[in-house]
Amino acid sequence: MKKTYIAGLTVLILAGALVLMSAKKLAHSGNTLPTPDEGNAGLKLPAGFGALVAADTLGGARHIAVTTAGDLYVKLARPRNGKAIIYLHDGNKDGRFDEINGFANYGGTGMYIKNGFLYASSNQEVFRYKLDANEKVVNPDQPEKIVTGLLDRRQHETKSLVVDNAGNIYVNVGAYSNSCQIKDRTPGSLGQQPCPILDSAGGIWQFKVDKQNQTYGDGVRYATGLRNVVGLDWNQQTNSLFVMQHGRDQLHDIFPDMFTTKQNADLPAECMYQLKQGSNAGWPYIYYDWMQNKKIQAPEYGGNGKKEGSKEYIDPVVAFPGHMAPNGLLFYTGTQFPEKYRNGAFIAFHGSWNRAPEPQAGFYVVFVPFKGGKPSGKWEVFADGFSGSPQQTASGRAAHRPCGLAQGPDGSLYVSDDVKGTIYRIVYNKP
Amino acid sequence: MKKVFAINLFILLLAAGGAVAQTKKAPVKKASTGAAGGASAAKPSVAKGKVVYTTYCLSCHQADGGGVPNMNPPLIKTSYVLGDKTRLINILLKGLNDEIEINGATYSNPMPAHDFLKDDDIANVLSFVRSSFGNKASPVTAAEVKKLRDAAK
Repeated sequence: MKKTYIAGLTVLILAGALVLMSAKKLAHSGNTLPTPDEGNAGLKLPAGFGALVAADTLGGARHIAVTTAGDLYVKLARPRNGKAIIYLHDGNKDGRFDEINGFANYGGTGMYIKNGFLYASSNQEVFRYKLDANEKVVNPDQPEKIVTGLLDRRQHETKSLVVDNAGNIYVNVGAYSNSCQIKDRTPGSLGQQPCPILDSAGGIWQFKVDKQNQTYGDGVRYATGLRNVVGLDWNQQTNSLFVMQHGRDQLHDIFPDMFTTKQNADLPAECMYQLKQGSNAGWPYIYYDWMQNKKIQAPEYGGNGKKEGSKEYIDPVVAFPGHMAPNGLLFYTGTQFPEKYRNGAFIAFHGSWNRAPEPQAGFYVVFVPFKGGKPSGKWEVFADGFSGSPQQTASGRAAHRPCGLAQGPDGSLYVSDDVKGTIYRIVYNKP
Repeated sequence: MKKVFAINLFILLLAAGGAVAQTKKAPVKKASTGAAGGASAAKPSVAKGKVVYTTYCLSCHQADGGGVPNMNPPLIKTSYVLGDKTRLINILLKGLNDEIEINGATYSNPMPAHDFLKDDDIANVLSFVRSSFGNKASPVTAAEVKKLRDAAK
């Protein structure tokens, strides 16, 4: 009797679930948004948004690019089974990728699609792959090598990239140093004057998209004084490059008499810069203090936490609290999300380590509203919960860390995680 | 009058700030009871080593000794910490900026030389690290540190 009852109940529950599912499907007829996962895949989102795991356990998923057909290319930090670009396809159209293929034997970070090519970077080189009409890579084994010989001295070694509308590619070459001290990261060691790193790193280099085997001499040092940029995007409204700088570390460790551990945790700012050719953001000579809203002379170069730095350096467009590691930047041009999000900036913060002994922070995606190519309001946390719990955020032992961002053809927002290799898809379910 | 008061208050606050900074640093100074640069006969102190760890190591290697993925190596159950003491002591004295691999992972940040620490401090902090975070290895003595420091001269 009891058994029959349970069986009956199960059937009833299943039927109920089916009705619910079809109701959801009906609500989206004409618009094929997938149903979010139960609990939105662990993410905390603004009202009306939902999230689902579109792919999982891929490896160190860095930057990502979506095709016009809705397929996803993922760059892995290190090859997995010999493959470091993963192609994902959703065959049954449930919003979850069910076909996974890989190619490219080099680890790296950069991944971008523009005008019929997929661009990818290792930590020294940039490649591009011809795409077919469906934006599928034609020949995965024969990319063109367009840039070679970029510096990789282990620190800030990843090469992020983005392409403009005029046939140029912009590649970050991070500084192989924290603050250009004579002895890197050593207490009390002063800055090298002038900083010799800036001739070949600590900036953004511009190359042509269609010329092979370019190196430093063939490119242009487009912008300098940028310690390390991971997140960057081309803003179509301003037709200009925006980048997110990882600010310097260890103000307290290096100058304990000048900065407390609390000041070390908050400073300097993680900055968004709008760049044009010749821009200089001032690393290593200055850092930006988001509490004083000032460029401050670096202590390695005679600063004391208060002395202002030279006005010749550009100001940030937005300044965030320290060490949260902005790894992804995306200007949202879709129409799926509400009007407020149009042309605004999403930033994936990988999460901090250099806030210790203060609690770590970040591990979330934030949003900055923009109007006319300028921020039109304060930044806000858009998607949180990647770390797994407040304790995991505080300790820095995060289960997932946001890294890359991409916008789907339907306006969905994809977020990659380079701890477990989860790909999140965030959708807006109109109430 | 009001202005004078404000200035006095400011000086007072500064002094208080200085005092706090002083007390914060005091334990490290206390930790090195041996003669400057020299090795004392005292046994390594794990408790004093923890103070040195908190001051000089924690910001990179973290409170749990787990390090930071891809950047700062973990100090938990690795041969670098548990194995050859000579290699370990030399990492503190000379720093380390080589590509090292621990359990298949690599780390990008350089470790600066900590030769400004006294023999006792290095012995204490290594003894702390070798007996914390789940590690169980013998202490490091100031004499062992001194021997390597002298050899490097």
